[in-house]
Amino acid sequence: MTDTSMSSVDTSPVDASSVNTSRRNLLKGGAAAAVVTLAPGITLRTVEAAITGPATSAKRWGMLIDATAPEGVWDLAVDACKAEQGWGKAEKDANPTTDPQWIRKVSIKDPKTGAKASLPVMCQHCANPPCVDVCPTGASMKREDGIVLVDKHICIGCRYCMMACPYSCRSFVHEDVRGQKPHMPRGKGTVESCTMCVHRVDKGQKPACVEALNKAGSNAIMFGDLNDPNSDISRAVSQYVTQRIRADLGVEPGVHYRGI
Amino acid sequence: MRSASRFLSLTILGFAIVSFGIGSGLFAPSAQAGEVPVPKLAKAFKGEQCVEPNDVMRRNHMEFLKHQRDETLREGIRGQKYSLNDCIDCHAVKSPDVAGGKVRTLKPFCAECHSYAAVSIDCFQCHTGAAVPGIGKQSALPADHGMSAKEKALFATVEKHLSKGADQ
Repeated sequence: MTDTSMSSVDTSPVDASSVNTSRRNLLKGGAAAAVVTLAPGITLRTVEAAITGPATSAKRWGMLIDATAPEGVWDLAVDACKAEQGWGKAEKDANPTTDPQWIRKVSIKDPKTGAKASLPVMCQHCANPPCVDVCPTGASMKREDGIVLVDKHICIGCRYCMMACPYSCRSFVHEDVRGQKPHMPRGKGTVESCTMCVHRVDKGQKPACVEALNKAGSNAIMFGDLNDPNSDISRAVSQYVTQRIRADLGVEPGVHYRGI
Repeated sequence: MRSASRFLSLTILGFAIVSFGIGSGLFAPSAQAGEVPVPKLAKAFKGEQCVEPNDVMRRNHMEFLKHQRDETLREGIRGQKYSLNDCIDCHAVKSPDVAGGKVRTLKPFCAECHSYAAVSIDCFQCHTGAAVPGIGKQSALPADHGMSAKEKALFATVEKHLSKGADQ
């Protein structure tokens, strides 16, 4: 979490030698609020980091995926997930049978009518997650706000959760991992899956896939609080007929779909 | 016969006490020739004072990190005092052993004591030890999301200025 903000920046060219402060003066303030003038018109403000959380059951994070959106947008979502979380390999190094897949594009076709659709499938963040039920160590867990995670600190890599997941949305890391993101530690011998970008959600941001689609002008994945009747996603869910994959299982996924 | 065996057991006990004392450094605080050298900790890259006094950190850092990791991951409490990313922010150093000395990483700082004490940790099998600008409370600089090239160049200059001399 970044505890600093730039209050103003002069866009005129700045001579680096005019930066006049001492590292000690800037840092000895510690967590207390401080404003430091770096150059005329440029100030750097440090503020105490706010403690956020804990996550509560007042919120229920969920997604609404519009499967009628143009097929190309799902590649954007997958690429954004790879870039944000640091999984996925170059095509020449890829091994599709064992490489982790946090989100995948699935194409479906009705054999009777020939109707086709394409949709992304990732961890469905179930309210009654089978992966949590079967985990022998308690590593597979659900946060109060409905986000299902793997606590890799205590995951022993038994892969029972992968067998229990009706959506095949968990992956095992078979190979050594390098160059992990600071917010997303990943390592060989543990199971992983979509985290609904929990590190971003806790900062009040949207998941990376949603943001990437929004930037491309698409609203094909909506993210929000299903418990808040005034949220965009709650309105959309009440307006359109949506469904959840394998709703008959009673696992109550947090991911809703339209148009399948 | 009985007194002889009692003498023997007392002697063994005495040996045990003495060897425990040596092993725990009570009697031999400084390294002798041929022994493993006592760790010399690198000065922090940034910051003047750690989140707790040095002796507290040396003894309890693992407890702090372990407690907070559970609160962060399982309960979603963020922004608390102890954070591995903050450790990295201040204590990561450049070492020729890691990535040819091109990146600051925490691994050499941790290894300094852990190799001496024969402690094997596996934090860095999953966590990157590499410093990332903008991550950590002492950065005093925002993450570079959404900054223009000109702003990035300005902040790179500022960061260079702030960290002047810290590598030495």
